[in-house]
Amino acid sequence: MPRTPLALATSIDSLSILDETGQLDAGLEPDISGEMLLKLYRAMLLGRRFDERLLDLQRQGRIGTFPPVKGQEAAQIGAVSHLRSDDWFVPSFRETAAELWRGRSLESVIICNNGFSEGARGLQGHNDLPVSVPVGSQVLHAVGLGWAASYRKTDEIVMTFFGDGATSEGDFHEGMNFGAVFQAPVVFVCQNNQWAISTPLFRQTRSATLAQKAVAYGMPGIRVDGNDILAVWSAAKEAADRARAGDGPTFIECLTYRVMMHTTADDPKRYRTDAEVEVWRQRDPLPRFQRYLLGKGVLSGAEQKELEEEVLQQIQAAVENAEKQMQSMGDPLEMFDHFYAELPPSLAAQKEELARELASGGEVRS
Amino acid sequence: MTKMTMVQALNLALRQEMEKDDSIVLLGEDVGRDGGVFRVTEGLADQFGEQRVVDTPLAESGIVGMSIGMAAYGLKPVCEIQFSGFSYHNFHQIENHAARLRWRSQGRYPVSMVLRAPYGGGVRALEHHSESREAYWAHTPGLKMVIPSGPRNARALMVSAIRDPDPVIFYEAKALYRAFREEVPDEEETLPIGRPQVVREGGGLTMIAYGAMLRPTLEAADVLREQDGVEAEVIDLLTLSPLDEGPLVQSVQKTGRAVIVHEAPRSFGPGAEIVSRIMEKAFYFLQAPLERVAGFDVVIPLFAREKSYLPGLERIVAAARRTLKN
Repeated sequence: MPRTPLALATSIDSLSILDETGQLDAGLEPDISGEMLLKLYRAMLLGRRFDERLLDLQRQGRIGTFPPVKGQEAAQIGAVSHLRSDDWFVPSFRETAAELWRGRSLESVIICNNGFSEGARGLQGHNDLPVSVPVGSQVLHAVGLGWAASYRKTDEIVMTFFGDGATSEGDFHEGMNFGAVFQAPVVFVCQNNQWAISTPLFRQTRSATLAQKAVAYGMPGIRVDGNDILAVWSAAKEAADRARAGDGPTFIECLTYRVMMHTTADDPKRYRTDAEVEVWRQRDPLPRFQRYLLGKGVLSGAEQKELEEEVLQQIQAAVENAEKQMQSMGDPLEMFDHFYAELPPSLAAQKEELARELASGGEVRS
Repeated sequence: MTKMTMVQALNLALRQEMEKDDSIVLLGEDVGRDGGVFRVTEGLADQFGEQRVVDTPLAESGIVGMSIGMAAYGLKPVCEIQFSGFSYHNFHQIENHAARLRWRSQGRYPVSMVLRAPYGGGVRALEHHSESREAYWAHTPGLKMVIPSGPRNARALMVSAIRDPDPVIFYEAKALYRAFREEVPDEEETLPIGRPQVVREGGGLTMIAYGAMLRPTLEAADVLREQDGVEAEVIDLLTLSPLDEGPLVQSVQKTGRAVIVHEAPRSFGPGAEIVSRIMEKAFYFLQAPLERVAGFDVVIPLFAREKSYLPGLERIVAAARRTLKN
């Protein structure tokens, strides 16, 4: 009965194609059409500028608390761009850039961030679940969707997003485990932005990488430079193809950084240094990709300026449109909508109670 | 008509619905090959295959979270939590998602699923295997909470629960699983969710119970008739939420007295809500203080003492007599 090392699959790849200095590994460069490259760039740019505008709106008191995306655009767009419209996208709450890619309207984001549930109407017609706030809980829904897609013998796949903090949650573990056991067509995308509010990665896990957790679940895993859209795109393509072929789930760790606050209610200066943030600002995915496109001749300086202008106009129009739409929103009686297919009598009575209160101008009458 | 136990009646409901609708999928721990630890799903894996009767890893949150995804896709998952005492593991999936996804998505994603779980005491089980915490679910907006009291209504309510467009928590009193047999029609039968049933008419007092507590309550009504000459009206709630107080209020307006019986702990238990509804709508008809016969505010004791915890015939009769004195 000797004591011998077990043969385990312990090798996990790390992938970087376009580094922060603009160095390209030409051997790994993915074959993406010029048109698609521009589409990806525009989505990242839109995600960035919209995020900046949301922050302005929040500081002006024109929207409520929201979680900024800045710096994570490559991790989101590089992955989500592999989904077909009939595939399923299961976000957490910091995937606004990816949601826009999927066709969610900017207006609906502004409307949601202003406390109107009507914002979720933007989901109609898309196979996308709404934002899920309880950390990691949506990972299981992705597995259920994937299981169902297989049961119905479709080749639809599911992509779910979550952060490094989520990997400490039981639902992450259960989701990865169920996903692997049932060989569900799911791509698990972890945006490791290294901070869960004030808790750094080393306090979430003693694991050297998050990607290696895939080994224990019996699924392929990979760590990619999450600020390098070419690397994210390549890894996500492999994973999406695998899922679509019926070969099961994949775990992708996108190493990135949350350069902004957790939400606009958070002050990161309480727990991390500017110097650390500055290092990551230098690794910004957007200028990196822009330089690549300029160098490749896919994008000219003039076109870049035009795109900037176009994106800003799109955002401005959406802000105006959303603010106009919101003027007619807010009927309190709508809080009773959509809890049940049919309003139960006891709840209908409560709605009636509120209706009477509203009709009386809020006065309490006996 | 066939005489069957509640286990057999539930099995019949699942089987007949699965034969009609291939979007119904069962999942849970040991539901397939083993047929469930109480055998409610016995034979279903053989008939429908492992793809429709799915043995899952041992993780309640996983089972429920996966069911929510399946429901969002358009399937109708019926998941089993082996004992309701283990359903706290999946509490947040029900509270945060099953109950809210329809609302959060503005109607885009209804969660038409059933969570089945055996609940309640009386079978000499271990800790965590005997509790009665239906109030948690009844308190959660967006859910329906159903508890049958015998084979025939268990079968009919299960069919309704499966067809219901909203998430239904379906508690099965394990004390009733094999306690008695009832005639159950072979052909389809449903019962509306959200409607209590008057199971015995009377004008002397109103007795309200559900699940395993219905039988001792009916026995108490017999005793009151024989020994006190009082005809009790007995109402079987069947659905805790959404609660339709109509029949309860009507009955109390007639009798002026009510006793509510449940094995869940008394404080903030279902009885508290029922008492409030009666107070709100039938206060001026009341002849006596309302009585609750409930579990104590402790964890149900290990089985050597559980009989002293569970409401039984004597305690129910005593409460009824207190209300009749006034």
